Amino acid sequence: MIYLSLCIEFFKIGLFAIGGGLATIPFLSELGTRYGWFTTEMLTNMIAVSESTPGPIGVNMATFSGYHAAHILGGILATLSLIAPSIIIIILVAQVLEKFKESDKVQAIFYGLRPAVTALITVSAIQIFSITFFNTDLFLLTRNIFDLFHILSIVLFIILYFLYRKYKCHPIYLLLGCAILGILFQL
Amino acid sequence: MTTYWKLFTTFSKIGAFTFGGGYAMLPLIQKEIVEKQKWATEEDIMDYFAVAQCTPGVIAVNTATFIGYHQRGIIGAIAATLGVVTPSICIILVIASILTSFSDIPIVQHALNGIRIAVCILILQAILKLWKSSVKDMFGIIVFITILCLSFLPFIPTILLVIASACAGLCHTYIKKKGDINI
Repeated sequence: MIYLSLCIEFFKIGLFAIGGGLATIPFLSELGTRYGWFTTEMLTNMIAVSESTPGPIGVNMATFSGYHAAHILGGILATLSLIAPSIIIIILVAQVLEKFKESDKVQAIFYGLRPAVTALITVSAIQIFSITFFNTDLFLLTRNIFDLFHILSIVLFIILYFLYRKYKCHPIYLLLGCAILGILFQL
Repeated sequence: MTTYWKLFTTFSKIGAFTFGGGYAMLPLIQKEIVEKQKWATEEDIMDYFAVAQCTPGVIAVNTATFIGYHQRGIIGAIAATLGVVTPSICIILVIASILTSFSDIPIVQHALNGIRIAVCILILQAILKLWKSSVKDMFGIIVFITILCLSFLPFIPTILLVIASACAGLCHTYIKKKGDINI
């Protein structure tokens, strides 16, 4: 029976969490208290793992909490239930969009949306940049301006950025290379 | 013709190497979907992102469904979406069954801090590319700056910003058309 409630609950999350993966957190914490599938501490741990493993964060958290509730089958069912509403809704939207894509109104809407989406992506980039290059916790503790910056990370970033622009390798190699550099330099 | 298998494997690759969720998958989408497979243009990707932001669900999943549907209809959509989530399911199930404090291991921490630098490089490149195809005139610059500033205010939901800029696009085109008739 736990499988059925997992399916229903995660279908609901997929249906109501608008705005991407992190929007599922409040729903998950409510699930934890209602069903006792996991504690708040486990949820915090799940968020940390989901952010540090590849893949969409919302999907990672669904698999994780499904696993805690009902092991491997639970993890798979929770994830499939989470994505089911998206698939249905997006297919409907795609059908409508295909029909009206050439209309002036739809073109006008996307004309306004494109710079807005670029801005939204820039905001999430700024957040990633500030986590990577600034260490506000340490700075507040020591009040030493040199502690505010991750100098090594900034230097590596500048060197690698120009190397990447010049030699354009596949993004996957850059990710793997940086992981190795991170371990070597004890970042 | 794009096969279901090709859709599945391409999106698995994207799912397996997206660190940081949502928009962090953009550089890989640009490389795999726009440049290599030519399944969509830069503009298409932005349109998908905009719709994905306003519809429920995980953005990466929504984008995969969109591209899959455009390539091979409903089964294509399902193939692409299952592709993007399969690596997650496998990796998380392994981690969840072996250890609970995965992210506290020092070597994982160091590797992740290195990966973040790569993500910064990739996303900076991705934004520069997007900027060229999305912000083409003064109107674009105004929308970009306004949305950028407003999204730092915590009490405005993102979906509201998306709807507002859609309205701005409509108004702009309407006013421009009227101007043409008058002059």
